[in-house]
Amino acid sequence: MKRAVVLMALSTAAALTLAAQNLAIKGETVYTMAGAPLRDGVVLIHDGKIERVGVASQVKIPSGYQTLTATIVTPGLVDAHSTVGLTGYENAPTSQDQLERGAAIQPELRALDAYDPQERLIEWVRQFGVTTMNTGHGPGALVSGQTMIVKTVGHTADEAAIVPMAMIAASLGEDGRGEQGKSPGTRGKEIAMLRTEFIKAQEALNKSAKPEKPEAKTPDRDLKTEAFIRVLKGETPLLVTAERARDVISAIRLAKEFNFKLIIDSCSECGMIISEVKASGYPVILHASMKRAGGETENISFEDAAKLAAAGIPFALQSGYEGYVPKTRVILWEAAIAAANGLTFDQALASITISAAKLIGVGDRLGSLEAGKDGDVALYDGDPFEYTTHCVGTVINGKVVSSGKF
Amino acid sequence: MNRNPLFLAALFASIAFAQSTPIAYTGAHIIPISGAEIADGVIVIQNGKILAVGATGAVSIPSGAQLVDAKSKVIMPGIVDSHSHIGEPEGGDASSPIQPDVRVLDSINVHAAQIEKARAGGVTTANVMPGSGHLSSGQTLYLKLRKGNTIEDLLIKLPDGSNAGGLKMANGTNPRRAPPFPGTRGKAAALVRADLIKAQEYKAKVAAAKGDASKLPPRDLRMEALVEVLDGKRTVHFHTHRHDDIMTVIRLSQEFHFKVVLHHVSDGWMVADEIAKAKTPVSVIMIDSPGGKEEAKDLSLTTPARLEAAGVLFGFHTDDGITDSRLFLRSAAIAVRAGLSRSTALYAMTMANARILDLDARVGTLEAGKDADFIVLSGDPLSVYSHVLETWIEGQKVFDRGDPHDRLEQVGGPGASHDQNPFWTDDDGGGEEVQQ
Repeated sequence: MKRAVVLMALSTAAALTLAAQNLAIKGETVYTMAGAPLRDGVVLIHDGKIERVGVASQVKIPSGYQTLTATIVTPGLVDAHSTVGLTGYENAPTSQDQLERGAAIQPELRALDAYDPQERLIEWVRQFGVTTMNTGHGPGALVSGQTMIVKTVGHTADEAAIVPMAMIAASLGEDGRGEQGKSPGTRGKEIAMLRTEFIKAQEALNKSAKPEKPEAKTPDRDLKTEAFIRVLKGETPLLVTAERARDVISAIRLAKEFNFKLIIDSCSECGMIISEVKASGYPVILHASMKRAGGETENISFEDAAKLAAAGIPFALQSGYEGYVPKTRVILWEAAIAAANGLTFDQALASITISAAKLIGVGDRLGSLEAGKDGDVALYDGDPFEYTTHCVGTVINGKVVSSGKF
Repeated sequence: MNRNPLFLAALFASIAFAQSTPIAYTGAHIIPISGAEIADGVIVIQNGKILAVGATGAVSIPSGAQLVDAKSKVIMPGIVDSHSHIGEPEGGDASSPIQPDVRVLDSINVHAAQIEKARAGGVTTANVMPGSGHLSSGQTLYLKLRKGNTIEDLLIKLPDGSNAGGLKMANGTNPRRAPPFPGTRGKAAALVRADLIKAQEYKAKVAAAKGDASKLPPRDLRMEALVEVLDGKRTVHFHTHRHDDIMTVIRLSQEFHFKVVLHHVSDGWMVADEIAKAKTPVSVIMIDSPGGKEEAKDLSLTTPARLEAAGVLFGFHTDDGITDSRLFLRSAAIAVRAGLSRSTALYAMTMANARILDLDARVGTLEAGKDADFIVLSGDPLSVYSHVLETWIEGQKVFDRGDPHDRLEQVGGPGASHDQNPFWTDDDGGGEEVQQ
């Protein structure tokens, strides 16, 4: 039994090392997420990129292309917020790099320096069709560090990364508090500390823009301030994890004051402040549908996604961070619950493909099946959201990285 | 929402009487579990019991019965959860690793939102357990999730007048702590063996006294509970994940001849044949990814399929709050995804758990004479798109998705996690129209 598992692992590893194939992926239904679904569609992938997408009768498959067939074909799934690769499946202290408790504000912590591309949870989510994750430092500190965007393949973090610095992760409310009496100990203090950092960064930015004397030497580098300057300049969004309505409103107030790109994260009480979130114009990476209700998430609802969709608020779903079991959630199954609770099929699929890719800033190369985009595809033997459907193939950059029935 | 005391008095009176007018759900797809699925069927209930189940035309509906058109709906037995922590149960404290004298009976909050949410998931019977941080954290309770005001209203009484329930035990890493708790697996098993041997001796002393009070040993609540275990009157529900821990449970149960159910069994797929050989029933949890703790690192979604192939009797459980009772049917469906047959999956949600809890004479299938515990679904029980529309226990409707408060519990939202206010017990609580 164990030998079989080892063999499977070896064959997966072997598959990963294969050169990009030229693929023709045929589906009874192809959800391109760029227009209406195609009946009897085909996706051609050449040198890792999508070459052409169309109905089979109009697309000639060139010779030498390997053909894959499935009932349903979708873009590779995009998990808009995860900690997989920094959090390991064993949940031992040695494999939990998503949170450093030494200081309340550490935006200089790079995900790239902490991501384990060999982590088993990556293979786990990949077998269900996940090809891209925005992963990195988790909730649990006022500013815990950076996230990055990875493909769910790669032998090194550098190889996996497509955006090495995607967002800076912050938490408000209970999750933002310091440990054992350390600041911040209250909500007011959390925001005061963040405002202080932004003002410091503003001053540094102003100083570097208008040096008092041309010959003045460049100020000493400060990684923390540099990170906040990136946020102030709109180069890196601040991902603020907040469950309570008042904390989300505080995040919006802060973002308006300093005019940075805010991404509202988790937002268990989004359903209570729909009009405020809508008016703010900021997008939401919504909590996992099956995130547990209790404490700050007591008012969470399976229908939160449907409420955001109905209001026209840009949003994506996330697998999120889990401290115990399941050590990661599977974004496909989270979207399924949303699809069963008020989201349309297309909205639910968009929330883990094109909407997620756009929201995390990679919509130009991921999230839909269109010529020129990365050859990232998921194959299913039925409605992908049905519990009993299998993922029968995952393709990343034109390589088959998972096959079987998962 | 009616706060009139007279109204409430009428309401509770109606609970006591159960429903005497027969109710017939007609035209439903019925999954009786005891036999083949019925595409177009009828179920008739009266006085809290099932009167008849069968195909349309093959079942006589009593005159005067209230007819409910259930066309396009699916009806199956109320779901039985063989391992849950709803209602804030508390077991043993930090004083010692083996506390079989402690009862969850003395701790449960019947107004907890979790219990309402479980009803919203179609759960009608649950084994409510204390935790796994002890070798034995105490006595469990098998509850009917009736809309009651005290824990007594939810109990299942056995013929001898005792409350149905088992004993929680655990091995592996959860009970490992500083002394007097065990620091290793060997120590854990030794501590359990030592106490069971004491219980054997206690039992022998009681037997030797032959009812002579002067010869009886002093009463010992810990020993009394363990003697019930030795006598097969109290089933042990054993938390165990790793393959070697599973085999340790089997070894102990064979040494002391106690009835045991293996719970969680992350590594069950590795020792399915050994479990089958020992004829030990199992209660499986389905988790969305492996790990989260060392002993669950090799968790496989194929465990149910492997147990089925090996011929093991197994049910599913929520371990609520580890998984959500409202989504309990999902566990069966994900197991089907990983190779389990549909019929065994549905059996594992109902009758297998009823057998595991020794309640199969009363619940677990839709058969004449059994308790009228059933759920009405909007579609196939294994489809993500299906919702539980109604949950019935002993002829009383305890959940109705059409009721705004019940719907809130099912989907969540502001207030859904608050304890149920007993004065909110509304007009669906009695299952019948209550005359004011």
